[in-house]
Amino acid sequence: MTASESNGSTNGAVPARSGGQVICEAILAEGIDVIFGMPGGASLPFYDSLYHYQDRIRHVLARHEQGAGFAANGYARATGKVGVATSTSGPGATNLVTSMANDHMDSVPVVYITGQVARPAIGSDAFQETDITGISIPITKHNYLVMHADELPRVMAEAFYLAKSGRPGPVVVDVPKDVFLEETTVPAPDRVNLRGYRPVRAGNLKMVRRAAEVINASERPMIMAGHGVDISGAAPELFELATSGNIPVVTTLHGVGGFPETHPLSFGMLGMHGLAYANFAMGETDCIIGLGVRFDDRAVGKVDEFGPNAKVVHIDVDPAEIGKVLDTEVPIVGDLKLTLQALMPLIEHRERRPWIGQLNEWRENHPSLDIPDSPDTVLPQEVVRSIYDASGGDARVIADVGQNQMWASQHFWYEKPRRFFSAGGLGPMGYALPAAMGVQMGAPGEPVWCVTGDGGLLINIQEFNTLAAEKIPVKVAILNNAHLGMIRQWQQFFYEGRYMGAFLDNPDFAKVAEAFGLRGVSVSSRDELHTAIADAHAYDGPVVLDVHVDRVENVYPMIVPGTGVRSVIEDPR
Amino acid sequence: MNGESRSHTLVAMVADHPGVLTRVASMFRRRGFNIASLAVGNCEEPGYSRMTIEVRGTDDEVKQFEKQLYKLVEVITVRDLTDVSAVQTETALVRVRVSAADRPVLADIAGIFHGEIVDVGRDSMIVQITGVSETIDRFLDVIAEYGIDELTRTGVVAMARGSKASRNGSARG
Repeated sequence: MTASESNGSTNGAVPARSGGQVICEAILAEGIDVIFGMPGGASLPFYDSLYHYQDRIRHVLARHEQGAGFAANGYARATGKVGVATSTSGPGATNLVTSMANDHMDSVPVVYITGQVARPAIGSDAFQETDITGISIPITKHNYLVMHADELPRVMAEAFYLAKSGRPGPVVVDVPKDVFLEETTVPAPDRVNLRGYRPVRAGNLKMVRRAAEVINASERPMIMAGHGVDISGAAPELFELATSGNIPVVTTLHGVGGFPETHPLSFGMLGMHGLAYANFAMGETDCIIGLGVRFDDRAVGKVDEFGPNAKVVHIDVDPAEIGKVLDTEVPIVGDLKLTLQALMPLIEHRERRPWIGQLNEWRENHPSLDIPDSPDTVLPQEVVRSIYDASGGDARVIADVGQNQMWASQHFWYEKPRRFFSAGGLGPMGYALPAAMGVQMGAPGEPVWCVTGDGGLLINIQEFNTLAAEKIPVKVAILNNAHLGMIRQWQQFFYEGRYMGAFLDNPDFAKVAEAFGLRGVSVSSRDELHTAIADAHAYDGPVVLDVHVDRVENVYPMIVPGTGVRSVIEDPR
Repeated sequence: MNGESRSHTLVAMVADHPGVLTRVASMFRRRGFNIASLAVGNCEEPGYSRMTIEVRGTDDEVKQFEKQLYKLVEVITVRDLTDVSAVQTETALVRVRVSAADRPVLADIAGIFHGEIVDVGRDSMIVQITGVSETIDRFLDVIAEYGIDELTRTGVVAMARGSKASRNGSARG
């Protein structure tokens, strides 16, 4: 780093601190009170620093580094702060790789502190040596290998700043064992100054005015709200924009809750398993207002059928997302909240009766969320609905990946941002349980429900131990259909029922939970379900509900891959 | 997203940190961009390097490439010089098989292309030739019949004409 790229003014030398202490101080300076990790040889000196900070930084010992990473993701998403996960070198660091990739895809700010072998051993294929900075280049926003403790105060400040600013993402700080121990008198910088990194703030005013013209002139506008609403805290501005302009709203999977789902202008989630009417709307709209979205393939389907006659207004903080998928009439690079504040006063109220009438007619005729009769089995949708009822709609829900994820997004009406969490981009099964731990740590005292399939649960089931040991009162609802359900559904639809690798020969999850010291309940009827969920909701500790649901229930609606928003398959019943 | 695929020349100023080339190369490969040449070296500011990158693609694809490149924290600026009046040059070293009798002919050809004979062996010589890539291509074509034993090219380096420095360009917005 050259003089011209160094940080702003500093306060002169400060008392000597070890590298490990510098990291702890940086964590505290970020207002972070919980970190997640698993120690190992190369990170032992850091754990010795954590020992002295344990009254101010709670360390939650995960039972697998991936669990620590997903928990840090959950903590970050629940709080809006940066999550921190830590591991040792080699296998510890490589076990975090899936979590890094997940943060990167979903724009979640997490700083990873990984131990590295001592400096003299680097490059010698030493025990537990892995080039984690090399490995993580394509799946992180940035990374550092810190070769001297004097760099650490600046690197930690940069790491947190990079993680949370602009389009958030994961940052790895790889610290050799002897750098944790090395002392430095270099103070933490007052501010970060990175010459090659200047995130854009409010959008260009000329483009904002142009956006307002396009929106005001449109007859069939649709707001498509994404993760950016949560990230920039723009839910109030989105609400104002939609209601004052009378503009209907659909959300992406990560936009769920960014606009209250019971509001008449809410038309739910779009996409492959989005609501039929949300997708029809995207086929017919004449103006797509994309807010903090990246027009992911699971949301858009076939590009040619997605708003073929629509002008696109796209606001996003990442310039690389604009024009990546759709030809964009009005591109605006900027922070969503600030940009909407500039846009809102320019938006005129329009009745748009034919359009809103059409949308409501679709909603009436293609209900999408009716749960069919099922006298003999419990349907997985009912589990989600029951959680909704028991919690009065005010719970944090963390879904895993697959069918459970879609049902959890569909059958619960989220009214507020940062209430529904799922790993939408990378789609790593095993996300929900550890992420729910992190959400609960970030939202103590609030009801937190982990909705998972049986397959995904087994991927990180070791975290039952963490729930028990740390007394984290997460409620786990297993939608146990004895299958990798989405695999089974796809093999049924697209492989003529040739089921391969889709069946799960499960253990008794209630007993497994009990063995881990958790309350475990087995549920196989509708009556048991409602009681069990109400009891779990009222209980102040962790609970695992093993709900034996219909084994062959499919997720509807569905857009077959390769087709567009007009070819929605609806529930045949 | 349409347009014809063609060669673009981009110039990027990057921090001279270990790993910066890996980051750039990793992004190329991951996003499927096809790099024709890449030249890196010191620039006017200590602690920074300048890269000249030749990449094939439609204008939209290259715009996306430029934005992704600019997203890298250690990339300070990016500028596409393709449709800008710019000096573009490249150097090649060519070892040509040549008998003593043919030497004068080859020396003549090299002269026409403003090449320089920088080494002579018993049955070969090395020609150093500098110019735009097309000139080098034409030279290689002409001498192909003698037999090219070894060829190395630096890749293009480029600079916009006039007084506007490339560090002022950026891919922002």
